[in-house]
Amino acid sequence: MHGNLARMFTMSLLLTLLFLGITAPVQAADPGVGDIADRIAPVGRVQLTGQPPLEVESEAAAQEAEAAEPMAAPRPARSDYPDIGVSSRAIVWVLAQLHLFFGALVLAVPLFVLIIELVGLFTGDERYDDMAHEFMKISLTGFSITAIFGGSLALALFMLYPDFMAYMMRVFGAQWLVYAGLFFFESFFLYTYYYGWNAFRYGNLKWVHLSLGLMLNASGLTIMVLANSWATFMMAPSGVNEVGAVVGNIWEVMKGPLWNPINLHRFIANIAFGGAVVGAYAAFKFLSSSDPEKRAHYDWMGYTSNFIAILAFLPLPFAGYWLMAEIYAYSQQMGITAMGGILAWLFILQAVLIGTILLAGNFYLWAGMSRTDGSERYKWLVKFIALILVVTFLIWITPHTLMLSASEIAQLGGTHHSILGPLGIMPAKNIAVNLMLIVTFLSFQLYRRSDKVATVRWAPVGNALMVAIYVVAIANIIFLGVYYGYFTNTVYKVGSSVAQVASTLVVIISGIIIDALMFKNAKTLPSHWGRIPDRAQYALFALPIAFTWLMGLMGYVRSSVKTHWHVYTVMKDNSPDNFIPTIAYAGNMITLVTVLFLLCLLFMFWVANLSETRQVKPVAAGESA
Amino acid sequence: MKILFKTLSFSIGLTLVFSLLTYLLPQIKGEAPVEKQVDLGSLTMDDFVALGEDLFSNKGTCTLCHKPPPLGRAPDIQGEDMVALSIERLADERYRGEAKDAAGYILESMLDPSKYVVATWGKKGSNDSESPMPVIDKAPIELSSMEMDAITAYLQAKDGNEVTVALPTAEAAAEVAAAPAGGSAAAPAPAATADEAMAKYACLTCHAMDSKDTLVGPGLVDVGERLTPEEIRESILDPNAVLVEGFPPAMPADFGTKMTVNELQMIVNFLAEKKG
Repeated sequence: MHGNLARMFTMSLLLTLLFLGITAPVQAADPGVGDIADRIAPVGRVQLTGQPPLEVESEAAAQEAEAAEPMAAPRPARSDYPDIGVSSRAIVWVLAQLHLFFGALVLAVPLFVLIIELVGLFTGDERYDDMAHEFMKISLTGFSITAIFGGSLALALFMLYPDFMAYMMRVFGAQWLVYAGLFFFESFFLYTYYYGWNAFRYGNLKWVHLSLGLMLNASGLTIMVLANSWATFMMAPSGVNEVGAVVGNIWEVMKGPLWNPINLHRFIANIAFGGAVVGAYAAFKFLSSSDPEKRAHYDWMGYTSNFIAILAFLPLPFAGYWLMAEIYAYSQQMGITAMGGILAWLFILQAVLIGTILLAGNFYLWAGMSRTDGSERYKWLVKFIALILVVTFLIWITPHTLMLSASEIAQLGGTHHSILGPLGIMPAKNIAVNLMLIVTFLSFQLYRRSDKVATVRWAPVGNALMVAIYVVAIANIIFLGVYYGYFTNTVYKVGSSVAQVASTLVVIISGIIIDALMFKNAKTLPSHWGRIPDRAQYALFALPIAFTWLMGLMGYVRSSVKTHWHVYTVMKDNSPDNFIPTIAYAGNMITLVTVLFLLCLLFMFWVANLSETRQVKPVAAGESA
Repeated sequence: MKILFKTLSFSIGLTLVFSLLTYLLPQIKGEAPVEKQVDLGSLTMDDFVALGEDLFSNKGTCTLCHKPPPLGRAPDIQGEDMVALSIERLADERYRGEAKDAAGYILESMLDPSKYVVATWGKKGSNDSESPMPVIDKAPIELSSMEMDAITAYLQAKDGNEVTVALPTAEAAAEVAAAPAGGSAAAPAPAATADEAMAKYACLTCHAMDSKDTLVGPGLVDVGERLTPEEIRESILDPNAVLVEGFPPAMPADFGTKMTVNELQMIVNFLAEKKG
């Protein structure tokens, strides 16, 4: 063995020396062209004895001056865009969206895997460790799929939008190389984290493993925020002047007004999305299995995934609110294009999708209550929560403006219905969405309490306090929405929604704190994992489908608020696709990418399970007898 | 396999439901602004007013914000007589502009919206001293002077007022046509040197650089000795803050919005080195 190694090493050394031996005369044999100045100019500071210094700096200085001159953004004409016979935008749309779906998934999974691994370490329950490992296993192929779509997207952009990409390359410069370099780090940490799972399982080595996970997440998040800076630069350019010439450094280019809001929004949304996707995997395995032990495992896995998805989802509207507020602050025109202009109708769809997510999440929690006998104490509340959810959902999807014929307008007595009209504007929707979030948290809180009995003496006071917080918060949300929404002007309307959001957050935060204190050392009632109706698992399929569609929809809105600009206000889009398509066209595209994502996911899960399968050795014909 | 079929059917079915919903909503396409051809030979004032109305709703994107209450995020100028209101505002002590009549006021409100901010409509925290409205001849809206005149004509005509804006001339049209494709004259390429920058902003029209002679403004041959770079910068950005004795406040006050950061820095550096 050692002899072979030594022989290989010697051979490699000889080959290297041989290569150097060939290349050295080749380099030396080049006699050079032109005079001596040309030949020594590249060296720059060599000077021949007795001769005056060579003037080699003038050309370099001229080049430097040329490079320093700020260049405006290109203004491509329609003919400058390559035409390949199909819509360039559609190609980029599909590739970008698939890249983003998988990117979101593979950024999110290691994040909550690390947290689950930590929980396993502190509780000493190895089931957490195994589940975290399984989450990593099923998403492993996702890294390659993300890279494949990322590479295809880059090629498509360079081919179909060459001027735009040339401009982006110029603006971001060496940042692209840093971005590419980070993939080496991410790959290193990914593979050592995944394949080292059992090798670094206990004692100090476990901390080495957790550190690898932390570094994997650090590389992934850095990749995400770098890529986010391109998108936010296109929406709200910074570090460039009014014609797009770069006047700031790379930090000024990256740190536009929308960068951090997008970073936060995507970070939280990725976790919710990742949780929902692995929940669907667990639901599928639960339904496919008849072994009670396996069903119990996948029920627990599905519950944990849903917990992650809904917990991350609850603060998401607030991150979205911050993003929209920053968009309005950057450009009121851009904000109104999204929320009150041509794209406003898409927010009706957003309401339907978020409503679907909340209804599915709540339904799963209510169905999951059948796992514990203690849930009987709270089941009477479910019908009221369901009623509030349905009513607020209907308010949320009520459109303000309707497409009406003249006779319909005459029948209505105006362009707006006397009752539905007021329900169509933002104050009513702000009330509705905040109440939906509050009752979803209530479902979650009831579920968490259903297998516990508080033993602390102050439990009745704690319960009374919790009820009081719910009542005051709900009353406050309704009062703020009605009074400031309908009886004062727009300025107060926007301001009051911040107080509404604060009320919701108070309920969530105080609920978590009160329960943590009240149920410390509580008596635990038995839970029967696997005791859940099969139909509840379909809620775990509805969640990722609605999340995927929602991401596709909101990504489309985010990109379209730029209207006919590649980079808002500095580089116009003159391509044949520079218009905002109809909602139905956008819907078809989003459905297409959702179905493609679903098929790729199936492949990813199939590959993950392939490693568990071992073919039975074929028995020869003679042996069988 | 049966489970795969059932779950896949459920998932794709739900996706199609969402897709179907998009067909129930109004199908509107948002076209990018298209340059319109105007035949100046046969253009009447009615045509010009109609052009203004079209620009107001479409390319100008005015109706995004200027809507009737409670939807509007800016005053409902289509529902108000802008000529009568303009005259009231010109007399208001809060008015900081230079317009003399309604047409001038309307045009000025497009080019420099903060000259007069209607009460309660200012930027948050600005105490109605700063308008949230974008400058209309700059990106992303980029209306030409002829287009802004058409909007002014429309705002005058819609309430039966006399239209005081002149119909566009062939020279004006040529000027618009000469503007770079896809942009307006408001977005020229940035200057690369101090000399270019000073030529671009016509500094030499009013200031002598190689003597102390007074043209319209003072000679600047020794300005680097008299003023610090910071004072030079201030005198460009806010020329009326400190006036040289005996000189009227004639220097344009909008260089701060026109110059790029680089251009301003190059001019300041150049002048700071002029020490007689």
